[in-house]
Amino acid sequence: MSIAKRPNPLFRNLNAKIAALPMIATTLVVFLGCSIWTVIYSFSKSRALPVNEFVGFAQYERLFRTSRWLISLENIVIYGVLSLLISFVIGFILAALIDQKIRFEDTFRTIYLYPFALSFIVTGIVWQWILNPSLGIQETVRSWGFENFTFDLIANRGTVLYALLIAGIWQGTGFVMVLMLAGIRGVDREIWNAARIDGIPVWKTYLFVIVPMMRGVMVTTLVIVAAGIVKLYDLVVAMTQGGPGIASEVPAKYVYDFMFARANVGQALAASTVMLTTVLIILIPWVYLEYGKKKAQR
Amino acid sequence: MTVESYEITRAKPSKSSAKEPSGAKPLRRINPTRIMLYSVLLVAAVYYLLPLYVMMMTSLKGLPEIRLGNIFAPPMEVTFAPWAKAWDTACTGLYCEGLKVGFWNSVRITIPSVIMSITIASVNGYALSNWKFKGSEVFFTILIFGSFIPYQVMLYPLVIVTRELGIFGSLQGVIFIHTIFGMPILTLLFRNYFAALPEELFKAARVDGAGFWGIFLKVLVPMSAPIFVVAVILQVTGIWNDFLFGVIFAGVKNFPMTVQLNNIVNTTQGVKEYNVNMAATLLTGAVPLAVYFFSGRFFVRGVAAGAVKG
Repeated sequence: MSIAKRPNPLFRNLNAKIAALPMIATTLVVFLGCSIWTVIYSFSKSRALPVNEFVGFAQYERLFRTSRWLISLENIVIYGVLSLLISFVIGFILAALIDQKIRFEDTFRTIYLYPFALSFIVTGIVWQWILNPSLGIQETVRSWGFENFTFDLIANRGTVLYALLIAGIWQGTGFVMVLMLAGIRGVDREIWNAARIDGIPVWKTYLFVIVPMMRGVMVTTLVIVAAGIVKLYDLVVAMTQGGPGIASEVPAKYVYDFMFARANVGQALAASTVMLTTVLIILIPWVYLEYGKKKAQR
Repeated sequence: MTVESYEITRAKPSKSSAKEPSGAKPLRRINPTRIMLYSVLLVAAVYYLLPLYVMMMTSLKGLPEIRLGNIFAPPMEVTFAPWAKAWDTACTGLYCEGLKVGFWNSVRITIPSVIMSITIASVNGYALSNWKFKGSEVFFTILIFGSFIPYQVMLYPLVIVTRELGIFGSLQGVIFIHTIFGMPILTLLFRNYFAALPEELFKAARVDGAGFWGIFLKVLVPMSAPIFVVAVILQVTGIWNDFLFGVIFAGVKNFPMTVQLNNIVNTTQGVKEYNVNMAATLLTGAVPLAVYFFSGRFFVRGVAAGAVKG
């Protein structure tokens, strides 16, 4: 055999290929295989168990006629936009403030980031207690003599989303701050000298010089945080269980409930395919941007 | 405008520029701006610390005192009974054996998951940085983008897969799932770390006759302690905090602490014992918090790793 002279290319670097087998299996079976399976079976008639009877877009038609799903979608859009906006603004401001050569920098940073080490379950339960209308902040402030003080976000259909937002922001802003701080410190120090010589105020330098230069960090943070928001589930389960009524339901919870509690797999798969599509809409422009840039560099 | 001025300063560098610290213009010690700055930082710090403080205070009060309705007041009479109850006898739906069951389940889930996921991912990262093969970058790209796919999309097929493997609803099942979903971020972490090591090291070891595993175990692993620490911190906090995989794949017997905590707080009937709930919450948060406070900058490196592309 000629193997000794010209080894089969499949066996070249064999050890590395064997070592990478778990990764290859994961990408092919889980990330590609499972996702494709879900998309395909979202077009089936499946109820308690997946079946091979395909019915086109029937599951999706039903999904978008279900008020709970529509509320879930609306909630995640409002929550997502507000959460991104607020956590970016606060995260950037905190990073810029910390960047001012302050004393106890490490202490402040540690305080702002510690909620990020906690789970959404812990976060949700703490804030559920703090926002509790009969014993939490509302009652405390009333006991100080402000009898008419109202702060019952969590108990009202119209405002429960903002209660979730307060908790979510508390948990996640530190992460945005850390990345922003890395971005700010990554900017060439010469820029600061230049801005100072030109007499540009510090806040203007941040806003009009540093922020545009941090585009890369901003976009990456945006993609990571946004992809995390789509998955929002634990926080809702721990804090409101989707209530009051169905006022704080979210898509990920819809999927879970229909998949495991209500035994309606078809609906769950259709809903998760919509989630996948949303993430792809966020992801594809980013990939396009990143790869476009890399090609241009070559 | 900035570009021009940038060039001007480059053409005529000021004599102080060599030692100039980075960041904004340093301000004088005490002036109104400075006071404003610290005030804002302090107010933000209060917002972040408040929940931790409230948890602490509530967990040390008796129920009658809690009903007085001042969550910020420190306890008039300190009691550790809620802590004991949360750990030992709090009810999670069916059983009243406290959080300790969940704690030990979480330990049993976390330790093997951390070891498994880091072992596999470090070897992956090594193969990807030093032994590239045809298609390795394609798999890596899919892996990274796969980490953005919502878990919900892959849940049902994974239930089928683990059921076929006979590990659904068991410790092995949830460990398997954690290994899979830890792979993207950890592989990225290790790949970038190994790629940044000097290539001469790798070449010298090859000249000396070391093979794939020899180089990895004898050369790279011993000098990669920092990145292993980062990976352990990332995984311990991540897996300890997981709820979704635990509730689906671990089985009722093996529910991790987060799931038990949620059951204690949100499914108990009758009188709500807020002090017990808060003690339970603190107990559940204690492990990741301890890891966070003791690891310092390693944690920051871990969370920032995802954003630093290779």
